[in-house]
Amino acid sequence: MDAAAPPAGLRRTRHLGDRLGDNALRTLTGGAAFLALLVIAAIIWKVIDGAWPAVHHFGLPFIWHDTWNPVFGHEAYGARNFVIGTLVTSLGAMVIAAPLSIAIGLFLTELAPAAIRAPIASLVEMLAAVPSVVVGLWGILVLGPFMRSEIEPFLHSAFGWIPLFSGDPQQSGVLVAIVVLTMMALPIISSVCRELFLSVPQDVKEAAIGLGATRWEMVRDVVVYNVRGGVIAGVILGLGRALGEAIAVTQVIGNSLGPFHISLFQSGNTLASQIASNYQGAGTNLQVASLVYLALILLVITFVANFVAQRIVHRFEFVRTGGS
Amino acid sequence: MSEPVTLQARGRARRRLRVNRTAELASVLAALVAVGFLAILVGSVLVRAFHALDWNFFTKGPAVFGQSGGGIAPALVGTLLLVLIATAIALPVGVLVALYVSEFAPPRIANQIKLWLDVLNGFPSIVIGIFVFALAVKTKVPLLGIGHHQSVFAGSFALSIIMLPLVARTTMEVLALVPNSLREASYALGVSKWRTVLSVIVPSALGGIVTGTTLAVARAAGETAPLLFTCAIAGQLVNWDPSLSTASIPVTIFEYSESPDRHLNAQAWAAAFVLIAFVLVTSLVSRVLLERQRRKLGRAS
Repeated sequence: MDAAAPPAGLRRTRHLGDRLGDNALRTLTGGAAFLALLVIAAIIWKVIDGAWPAVHHFGLPFIWHDTWNPVFGHEAYGARNFVIGTLVTSLGAMVIAAPLSIAIGLFLTELAPAAIRAPIASLVEMLAAVPSVVVGLWGILVLGPFMRSEIEPFLHSAFGWIPLFSGDPQQSGVLVAIVVLTMMALPIISSVCRELFLSVPQDVKEAAIGLGATRWEMVRDVVVYNVRGGVIAGVILGLGRALGEAIAVTQVIGNSLGPFHISLFQSGNTLASQIASNYQGAGTNLQVASLVYLALILLVITFVANFVAQRIVHRFEFVRTGGS
Repeated sequence: MSEPVTLQARGRARRRLRVNRTAELASVLAALVAVGFLAILVGSVLVRAFHALDWNFFTKGPAVFGQSGGGIAPALVGTLLLVLIATAIALPVGVLVALYVSEFAPPRIANQIKLWLDVLNGFPSIVIGIFVFALAVKTKVPLLGIGHHQSVFAGSFALSIIMLPLVARTTMEVLALVPNSLREASYALGVSKWRTVLSVIVPSALGGIVTGTTLAVARAAGETAPLLFTCAIAGQLVNWDPSLSTASIPVTIFEYSESPDRHLNAQAWAAAFVLIAFVLVTSLVSRVLLERQRRKLGRAS
């Protein structure tokens, strides 16, 4: 707060106690900030350190090796199925959640009557507050059976010629995980979208309407077009949440160790769920190290996603405040 | 002769109107889907929790395998301990970080710290669990009897790492709203910087700090993944000793949800009800408080 600093050039009349106090508080708060950065560095270091035996043993081919065999004497570990599972479930969730969230953002800023905007916005945000273990509980005991008896047979009969919807309906599988992840990413993306759409100046929107655009054309060509970078960043933030979700996915995906199926009905596994479902069972040091190696891959993927999203958001805020 | 004027749109205009209609309808449907998700979720929990909720549920330990009844008293106490200790760590550190960023740090460093706090917020919680496992469970720590076994301390430490960015970011947001005129008024009276911070700035941002902490508590109370490696192996009894491991509500729900035993499923629903009630009420209250604080500070500037 330079603007509010005491004026320089005045004769020093401050008491010793005040000078000590200023320095003490600066050191204390600075120390806390340093501690926070230290924890972040320590997390990265400890994960690399824990994965090191597996990194040393398997090297980079670990990432595309596809067996996970914990039988002693025949141990072989590879991450391919989990990497594919993580990408398929998260991207699948984004395919559903992104358009839904944009539509919700538009409903909350353009369409809904003013009186119900705030209540519905907070209802959507409350969805984000539901703990993932509760979403998973609902997923395993309610959604899973419903998907097997209703949704999946329907998808199979209508789109069965697409390999994604082939095979027998299952109670736990990739598709259930995709729906669960959609629910968790939806509130994040839609609240980002809502704030972005609110930031588009009213006169630009009115100008579009004045030129004879329909509401949809105004939304598509003015509102969404203006904040497209931010929307992408919001989707990446939601993706980050979906990529790292361990608990709810473990509960619904079935945790298979076999190769990832082309059919979305079959059970699969992700990096995070493989770690979570082996938390008590890991025996040998190599197996533990391999699990941590999975965590390292997960950390790198989410780190890149979040970093890119933050960068876009920061640049976007800069442009927005710089432009007006 | 000109054709009679009709109000019916035709051709291109008609198609545009129809597209507009469809888009508006889709948008309304999307909002319904989101609200519907929440309603179905909360509704399922309410309906299924109803049978298992009674006095025993809150006061007894788990029943013998296969029998009905029993409760989650050890998990309730465990979650209480975990969240209390985690808050005791995350609250002071988070507030101090926020004070450094908004009152002391040069802008470049402040931006870097904000960016890294956001990155920390984006770390998968299971990775934080692995970190604490490597730090305080696998190895011996010469402190408080931690190490070589799971403990409440280890679990709390993991939860506090998750709470830290939430507390710090909300506090920063509110500190940024404290009007500069307050700081200037204090300096004009000859008050030194540290006293200004402690007796002018912190009190006026207190509401925001409380809100940020409640939001973080709501989040931490429902986290499962960081506890799996750090505080999951538990006995049947209530445990108040933080150097030992304990049951907790999220881990209990996680384990009971995957059980083939229907009684345990019913207990999981009831525990989910307790958790969801706590989390939704706290986050709702804190949102309302934050909004009020924002308006109050907004008016003052």
